[in-house]
Amino acid sequence: MVEKILAARAGRAKVMPGDLVNVQVDLALGNDITAPVAIREFERFGLDRVFDPDKIILVPDHFTPNKDIAAAEQAMVLRRFARKYGIKHYYEVGRMGIEHALLPEQGLVRPGMVIIGADSHTCTYGALGAFATGVGSTDLAAAMAIGEAWFKVPPTIRFEYEGSLPEWVGGKDLILYTIGRIGVDGARYRAMEFAGSVIEELSMDGRLTMTNMAIEAGGKCGYVQPDEITFDYLKGRTTLPYDVFYSDDDAPYEQVFNFDISGMEPQIAFPPSPDNVRALSEASGIELQQVVIGSCTNGRIEDLRIAASVIKGKRVHPRVRLLIIPATQQIYRQALEEGLLAAFIDAEAAVSTPTCGPCLGGHMGILARGEKALATTNRNFIGRMGHPESEVYLCGPAVAAASAVAGEIVHPEEVVS
Amino acid sequence: MIIEGRIWIFGDNIDTDAIIAARYLSIVEPRELAKHLMEDIKPDFPGLVQPGDIIVAGNNFGCGSSREHAPLAIKGAGISCVIALSFARIFYRNAINIGLPILECHDDLTNLSSGADQLQVNLDQGLITHLQSGCKYQAAPFPPFMQEIISRGGLVEYVKARLDLR
Repeated sequence: MVEKILAARAGRAKVMPGDLVNVQVDLALGNDITAPVAIREFERFGLDRVFDPDKIILVPDHFTPNKDIAAAEQAMVLRRFARKYGIKHYYEVGRMGIEHALLPEQGLVRPGMVIIGADSHTCTYGALGAFATGVGSTDLAAAMAIGEAWFKVPPTIRFEYEGSLPEWVGGKDLILYTIGRIGVDGARYRAMEFAGSVIEELSMDGRLTMTNMAIEAGGKCGYVQPDEITFDYLKGRTTLPYDVFYSDDDAPYEQVFNFDISGMEPQIAFPPSPDNVRALSEASGIELQQVVIGSCTNGRIEDLRIAASVIKGKRVHPRVRLLIIPATQQIYRQALEEGLLAAFIDAEAAVSTPTCGPCLGGHMGILARGEKALATTNRNFIGRMGHPESEVYLCGPAVAAASAVAGEIVHPEEVVS
Repeated sequence: MIIEGRIWIFGDNIDTDAIIAARYLSIVEPRELAKHLMEDIKPDFPGLVQPGDIIVAGNNFGCGSSREHAPLAIKGAGISCVIALSFARIFYRNAINIGLPILECHDDLTNLSSGADQLQVNLDQGLITHLQSGCKYQAAPFPPFMQEIISRGGLVEYVKARLDLR
């Protein structure tokens, strides 16, 4: 599928893994961390326009609402640039969301697109059958100027998930398990195709969680081939046409993994790496000081519904600070209407406006020395959420909510029953 | 171009949070970023590193976040070259795009003496010489397309040339 998209957007009949191609970019994305660097580079071109103001997306989501003066200055750089060049898709605080939750929700992502973002989790959009990959700020600058980017066509690894999804196991567990199996460089420079009967039944939110973490295995992109779930998701979000590409039945995959997930336990990534993955039962009893439910990985409405279903009518453990961060304004609003926020607040959780915040140790929940956090986020590197001697464990929303109540890592069954 | 420098050795999967922690991402000035280079995994590194030094690492160097602040911090510290068994892909393209010399060498150099040994690197040929022993190693060559970006001094200059053609 990736080869077909890249060939189409490079104006070629066919491309092969290893080919270097210059492709037309359908969307180019930046945030308050990466775009200021890109804007500085862009200005070196001496242009008075961008290639297409409707195809550039700027989302101040990392250190916003501005965490300090330096962050405020960075956000200002974005705002001024957006005004000066007439950038259509600039999302201000109060109208925004975490970029990788926001763009699909707003109908900006469509199958067959080539999307680059100066953010590593840009790979999320593959859940909708697009080719989407993270790049750096200078790449973004170049794309803003000429609307093109260079790529080496990646080989594809196919991951097939069969069996029946056990209760309390979701997209996050599938992707953590996968990263644990192949390692943080197991799909380095590769496209990761997620397929099989489990994926065919997985919700769009679950798929977005999986493709989001392709980068954690070193992947260039992750994707699911478009199907009815994709088309249903797009209905009402976009009226624009799109091209759907599928993998051939005899597509030459570099490797195929088959995972039978029947009986799979929820998965936990231990610090300090997303591939340090073990079954939940091996983590039970680890005492926590903070639990975070949010991020571009697991801050969507389905995640909040799962967390609320676990936590409703219970209290967060006295030792624990539970932070709930709906990923977009729309999700926030929906969670409010569905009574999810009330369930969280009644349980004594702190509910925050959308922000990447603590996921990357920005603000809104930084850890002190020696503290342990359980988070539905995507990375648990040394110092990721605060002090270099703090620790982050990664999991899905059900385990996170249950563990916040228990004060230690537990199976959701222990709290719900 | 031929460079010579003292080496600093890092292991496998050095992530960009380790190279430059997120709390410094409001900084864009490479020399300021360099004051915090590798701080969380080697706190004394910013004080030890000297302009011209070389970073030697294992597999998947620069994995994780796409922050260009990581190669900028390395460049800002005056590191003349990064040699690794392999690079994470976003770091790889970022380094090329900003003109930070990097070499992928399939010989493992991480058992050399960190902070002491010296390498001579012929960037054009990808030839690496361990000055203490005289051992020579060959790095993988760049494809011609990337060589063009590198020879122009980075992607901005390359794109400028493309814009001039229009």
